Amino acid sequence: MTQVTVKRLWKSFGAQVVLENVNLAVGDHEFVTIVGASGCGKTTFLKMLLGIESPSRGEFLIDGEPLPSEPGPDRGIVFQRYSLFPHLNVIENLMLGLELRGARFAGRLFGARRRSARSRADELLEAVGLSGAAEKYPRQLSGGMQQRLSIAQSVICEPKILLLDEPFGALDPGITADMHALILKLWNMNKMTIFMVTHDLQESFELGTRLLVFDKVRVDPQSPEAFGATITYNIPLKGHRSPPAERAA
Amino acid sequence: MRRLINIHPNRGSAVALSALPFLVLFIAYLYYSHARLVENPGDKLLPAPATIASTLHAYAFEEDERSGLYLFWNDTWASLERLLIALGVSASAGLLFGLAIGVLPFLRATLAPFVAAVSLIPPLAVLPILFIVVGLGELAKITLIIIGVTPIIVRDLSLRVGELPGEQIIKAQTLGASTWQIVIRVVLPQLWPRLIDAMRLSLGSAWLFLIAAEAIASTEGLGYRIFLVRRYLAMDVILPYVAWITLLAFGMDWLLRLLRAKAFGWASPESAA
Repeated sequence: MTQVTVKRLWKSFGAQVVLENVNLAVGDHEFVTIVGASGCGKTTFLKMLLGIESPSRGEFLIDGEPLPSEPGPDRGIVFQRYSLFPHLNVIENLMLGLELRGARFAGRLFGARRRSARSRADELLEAVGLSGAAEKYPRQLSGGMQQRLSIAQSVICEPKILLLDEPFGALDPGITADMHALILKLWNMNKMTIFMVTHDLQESFELGTRLLVFDKVRVDPQSPEAFGATITYNIPLKGHRSPPAERAA
Repeated sequence: MRRLINIHPNRGSAVALSALPFLVLFIAYLYYSHARLVENPGDKLLPAPATIASTLHAYAFEEDERSGLYLFWNDTWASLERLLIALGVSASAGLLFGLAIGVLPFLRATLAPFVAAVSLIPPLAVLPILFIVVGLGELAKITLIIIGVTPIIVRDLSLRVGELPGEQIIKAQTLGASTWQIVIRVVLPQLWPRLIDAMRLSLGSAWLFLIAAEAIASTEGLGYRIFLVRRYLAMDVILPYVAWITLLAFGMDWLLRLLRAKAFGWASPESAA
């Protein structure tokens, strides 16, 4: 069970208010999609969830606990780009999370534990459709394959919350349908909570169980930085919480 | 007519073109050497190739009457030993400090300005200090190279760490990595090829410091020899020694480049699909 609670949250950088009075309650296994104009605090909100920004005022709780002030294995992240490790090939990238958690000092697994990690990685590789590319390096993959790998790399650690920062924004529109099917499949497989920032309104309605719109309710034309954005719409959606078998096909 | 920037030589002509300046230099040397020797058979400035070859043969394959050594190989080994020890120490220290300064903000705040300041000290200016403090022996010469090269490697590598995308470091943390694990699994493996690049770039200055130190206080070594025979205008020794130094430097650079391509294929463009 994962509950994310936000109460009267404010975030400002100096005099610039980015977020004001944000209130939110998200239940377990939700797929939250976040839209809004540029500079409306979507990414700042995601960074707070990630732990690399902290709230200026108010509460940001996961399961009743304040957010840790640094990233951790309970919250996975997929960025738009650059989140793969260029010196590791596909299978090594995928196994990294297991190796880091399995061997605190060496950061590498050997012997039987390595084989079991490998077989788990192979399964997931199969699930994201990259079995044929196990020995390739990230730079040899297309953009879509890189994002599949990056998602799988996060999912293998079984995070409670998966954060997606415009993960399909840089991809060819032709392959986003595949990516949608993939993310829904993994979401239902692992029963995690997903927060996805996107620019694509259709995508946000299509995938989410809840759509958040960030916007400014007050604007002072004399000093645009005086007021921040907040959640102006919080729309429950039907989503795809059903078994995804027919969709993943 | 196509633009000049779009006209490329093919493979064969590229090789021929790259040989051309060497050939021009060689022919010019032959011409002027001959011209000078015709005028004055005792001329020492541009000795004939045959003179150079016989001198080199004497240095490389005949024992020196006084010391009983093969001077050419003895000098080569003495210089290479100093250079390799110094480069090894510099590379290790450079990697260690560069990595630590690049990864740990506290260490960066403490040491980065200091390293920046130290790297601006002209190493040759501290050579007298070295001679006074550690004497005229091997240690002074090796230390000079280390002082000259290490700060540059440290600065370069710590900047390279900073160039790693922040996304990678955050991602590693979300995979559960500790600071130590980020160092050994994410940062260090990506720093090895950068270290090789930094060493390649510092080879030139390393040779410079080596020869400077040998010229001032030494009893053997390539730099010592050319400064010694300068008194006798022995261009038949100096010229082949300079060529040999150049060849050694080129060989070391080539070996480092080869190592980078073989060992870190992920980092070189040829491995792209």
